[in-house]
Amino acid sequence: MTIAPPLSVSHLTVAYGERPAVWDVTWNAPTGLTAIVGPNGAGKSTLLKATLGLVPALSGEVRFFGRPLEEVRDRIGYLPQRASVDWDFPATALDVVCMARYPRMRWWGPVPRRHRDAARAALAQVGMEGFAERQIGKLSGGQQQRVFLARALAQDADLVLMDEPFAAVDAATEQAIVTVLRDLVAKGRHVVAVHHDLGTVPDYFSSVLLINARVFASGPVGEAFTNANIGATYGARLALLDQANVRAAEARAS
Amino acid sequence: MTIRDFLMLDLPPLLAALMAGATCGLLGSFLVLRRESLVGDALSHAVLPGIVLAFAITGARSGLPMLVGAMAAGLLAVVLISVVQRAARLDPGAAIGAIFTTFFAIGLVLMETTGARSVDLDLDCVLFGQLETLVWAQAEGLHSLVDPVALEGLPRQLGLLAGVGLVVAVVVAALWRPLKLICFDPGYAAALGMPSRALEFGLALLVAAAAVAAFESVGSILVVAMLVCPAAALRLMTDRYGAQVLGGAALGAALGGVGYALAGPVPAALGLDISLNAAGVIGTLGGVMVAVAALVRAGVRRARVVTA
Repeated sequence: MTIAPPLSVSHLTVAYGERPAVWDVTWNAPTGLTAIVGPNGAGKSTLLKATLGLVPALSGEVRFFGRPLEEVRDRIGYLPQRASVDWDFPATALDVVCMARYPRMRWWGPVPRRHRDAARAALAQVGMEGFAERQIGKLSGGQQQRVFLARALAQDADLVLMDEPFAAVDAATEQAIVTVLRDLVAKGRHVVAVHHDLGTVPDYFSSVLLINARVFASGPVGEAFTNANIGATYGARLALLDQANVRAAEARAS
Repeated sequence: MTIRDFLMLDLPPLLAALMAGATCGLLGSFLVLRRESLVGDALSHAVLPGIVLAFAITGARSGLPMLVGAMAAGLLAVVLISVVQRAARLDPGAAIGAIFTTFFAIGLVLMETTGARSVDLDLDCVLFGQLETLVWAQAEGLHSLVDPVALEGLPRQLGLLAGVGLVVAVVVAALWRPLKLICFDPGYAAALGMPSRALEFGLALLVAAAAVAAFESVGSILVVAMLVCPAAALRLMTDRYGAQVLGGAALGAALGGVGYALAGPVPAALGLDISLNAAGVIGTLGGVMVAVAALVRAGVRRARVVTA
């Protein structure tokens, strides 16, 4: 018997208006730590959001651990981009981490103690236990990112989807995040992260998916993360730009 | 001024201003936190065609049909705003501006063509409300407050405001955590499996209901002031969510109550021969509230810089 992959996507296509952002992507996320890599605008975040149903897909099918999302939602954690929320919001770091447990509690009244404890433990895991009562706007960018990571951890999920967890963070936070990711994998959990820093892919991740709207390569970092594949993924964009330039030149000439 | 005068002339508008302020103030925080203050503006105007149609169909200004009509129009407006925004790829402000002015204009045209205008729904009342016309003719003295027959003579707008206010309070309490989450991070709410779209429409329905209940007494302009000003002022005063939301209701009630009192009863009690338009005073007070909050905050910041 084969074990279903943490995430499997088949023939997924997503478009914003006329422009396809994710084009016929078929991919099985392996176990462990996986990076989704590609140039800006390659549809990396869109792919992640589409698997969670946050943006509508035109076609395709998504399975988590072999089942539809609705059946296994409590096993899937999510870390959105830090820039996607308003950090002036009147909430403390602890408030934000507690949100991870909302599906497990009543919709009103105080947060039950065990959930509050779980949230505090998650904050401690990212080195933020001293900032639980701090309003989130008074944290540094790296600290805010750690609060988001703590929230994803507090979901206690088997697979965590992360959108740019290392975006604009300080070196200390980057190390703290790497440690947390390795702990997760050591406990048998899986992580799929959108990642933008090509240089750190081999250090941080075991597998990689190279996309630029469509899939260019995927597999273990040692096999798939080659110069040829990277060039093809990033070059496709350049080729498109070249075409546009040619057309512009033709338009000028005529 | 006798007690009878107060009960007859001042109590109904005072209660209306208090309840409208509290209800709108409670909902205003969600709009301000979601950076959708303009939606309150839009909904308070977009409900007009629904109100006029309900009026034209039933032939009477009764609470429930108008409430239903207004909520239907409000919901349609919210759906259209989101459709236009996506289909035309407009920025939210442009979509909201286009839809609510269209709805309001349709409401005005309907008012003219259905004959609703000739009775007692007109532009002045739509914009500025009619606080001063709320009277309790049956009031004779304090004993009227416990007299069921006399109480039945209270303006029916008060009943509508009380009912809507109660429903809004119960729903906000029951959906406390989901509402917080869709204000802070709607994408995460959806990822957790919360019905975030339904919650967003539900919030819009509550705002539409509050807008129409308040609109009849205080007018659509004051509805906007009551939705936005208390919440915006608190946004500058607190960084706790509970204080923001509950404080919004308290500050809204204070805005309505104090504003009404300053317009008529207080000058009268002082023996001054001035009587101001209550809606005007409440609206002005709303602006003053936000300005004071901003000044205090700027002052606190400067003091911190100086002492640091």
